[in-house]
Amino acid sequence: MALLEVTQLSKRFGGLHAVNDVSFTVQEGTIKAVIGPNGAGKTTLFNLISGTLAANEGMVEFRGQAIHGLKPFQIARAGMARTFQNIKMFPGMTALENVMVGLHPRSVAGFWAGMLNLPSTWTEEKRIKEQAMDLLALLEIEQFAHVEAASLAFGQQRAVEFARALASEPRLLLLDEPAAGLNIYETAEVARLITKIQGRGITVLLVEHDMSLVMDISDEIVVLSFGERIAEGTPREIQNNKDVIQIYLGE
Amino acid sequence: MDSKKTMPVLIFAVVLVALQVATSLSGRDYYLTQLTMSLYTCLLISGLCLVMGYAGQLSLGHAGFFAIGGYTSATLTTLNLTSALEGGNGLVVLLAKLGLLVSGTSLFGEELLYVQPWLAFVLAIVITTVVAFLVGIPVLKLKGHYLAMATLGFGIIIYRVVLAVEIFGEADGISDVPGFTLLPGLTINGEMDNRVINYYIAAGVLFLGVLLLQNLIYSRVGRALRAIHGAEDAANAMGINTSRYKLYTFVISAIFAAVAGVMMTHYNGGIAPADAGVMKSVRYVAIVAIGGMASLWGALSMGAVLTFLSLRGMFGSYDDAVFGVILITIMLFAPHGILQLPFWRKFKKSAKDE
Repeated sequence: MALLEVTQLSKRFGGLHAVNDVSFTVQEGTIKAVIGPNGAGKTTLFNLISGTLAANEGMVEFRGQAIHGLKPFQIARAGMARTFQNIKMFPGMTALENVMVGLHPRSVAGFWAGMLNLPSTWTEEKRIKEQAMDLLALLEIEQFAHVEAASLAFGQQRAVEFARALASEPRLLLLDEPAAGLNIYETAEVARLITKIQGRGITVLLVEHDMSLVMDISDEIVVLSFGERIAEGTPREIQNNKDVIQIYLGE
Repeated sequence: MDSKKTMPVLIFAVVLVALQVATSLSGRDYYLTQLTMSLYTCLLISGLCLVMGYAGQLSLGHAGFFAIGGYTSATLTTLNLTSALEGGNGLVVLLAKLGLLVSGTSLFGEELLYVQPWLAFVLAIVITTVVAFLVGIPVLKLKGHYLAMATLGFGIIIYRVVLAVEIFGEADGISDVPGFTLLPGLTINGEMDNRVINYYIAAGVLFLGVLLLQNLIYSRVGRALRAIHGAEDAANAMGINTSRYKLYTFVISAIFAAVAGVMMTHYNGGIAPADAGVMKSVRYVAIVAIGGMASLWGALSMGAVLTFLSLRGMFGSYDDAVFGVILITIMLFAPHGILQLPFWRKFKKSAKDE
């Protein structure tokens, strides 16, 4: 059974078919990429899967459960984490605190426990802090733990965002244009981190413009154009697909 | 506990005691009355600060919650049940059997029988909680400043209700509210020889409230609230139930306002429609803004100083105008509160460097 199964998903904005009847699956343990020209509906597709937008038609099944219609926080708790194209660090928080927020679904202290400063919260806070530090170390940015995240270089912020997303121990990680705004060295670094994440048994679905990144790391690629799926296959198949060459290079 | 959390709390306790000592040493004991009222106002302010600064929501209805607390308690403790008990009213008889009624005599020697203030207090909190949920549930599912509009409407409704309903005294409000005996020897009332004790009751209640909020801010929930304030989409994608967190924060702050309302009403011996007015809500928002939205200590210090000056009549008949001007000025020149002005930042930085 596929980890993620998207069936005939559609989203219309007025008369515009942003995503039109798109179906594909993501197999456990793989890296799958969604590519396509600007305006192809990639980010919309992502927002539909992660619950930020509601689809007009179609189904999204994750681990055998229908998740369309759930709120983003419920989908996150079901084991699907995401990053954002325009990195959304929590302002005024250090890199460590950002990752600690990511550990929210794996901790329990509520309003009462917090207000009364119950001893149970002390041990939990200690555990959250340690796990967040471990994640920063995994992404090789532990030296920036106590720096305000929003003041870090873009590439480092990307790594903090990865750590924050991984904190919930997701089965599937959605990456929305992870190489956006990065130079070629930083892009190569991000590619290395993504394969490292895959190496930990986490399935990755990414939307990306940067072809070198996609071709290097993906196991499979879906190509969208004007909201429709026009091709699906391995990087080699996609590179030789006539339709794909046409939409990227013209006639 | 690390010093970043404990130091401000310790300083706060010292300041509360120092204020009383200073008034006593300088022979200005009469300041204590306004100081006590300022502290109750600060209790409301601290709750509002949580909503505005940490959950990023604007409430223009906190005077309404203050009034729900105050009016509930005032109504129940001034309703004379003597004849109802004699008439054999089932509920009143039951309350009497449970020891939940208190007897006393009015200024004119009339015999009084009224609801035990603790019971009135609990009911006031329950009503406030229910109302806060009813106002908050539909509104806080939406993004943006819908809460401001909804609470503005709510505040106006409460104001009109207390002005129109006979049992709430209409334009006169409710007076002759008896004292609220918390524990034997600890009674909230406005008697002269009880002034110091009442100051310390208010200080103790405020200290406890601030301690709870301070704990919350530094907890897992507080971190989630800051995340919601900073980037709501991202917080939701992290598995945080953002609308529920905003709702609970709003309800907690409403309860803080209601507690302030109950205690202030027993202290003053009454409550009037002006306490429920929207201008009061605007004033509270102005105070939180001038203190720096996300600064509990800034809001508290500004709340104490401005409320005290206002109660001493320093702003004369321009009272409401002063707070309006403050709000506009702060938004234009110091949107992060006056403690974030360049002068203070330099001062804090040099203090840190030493």
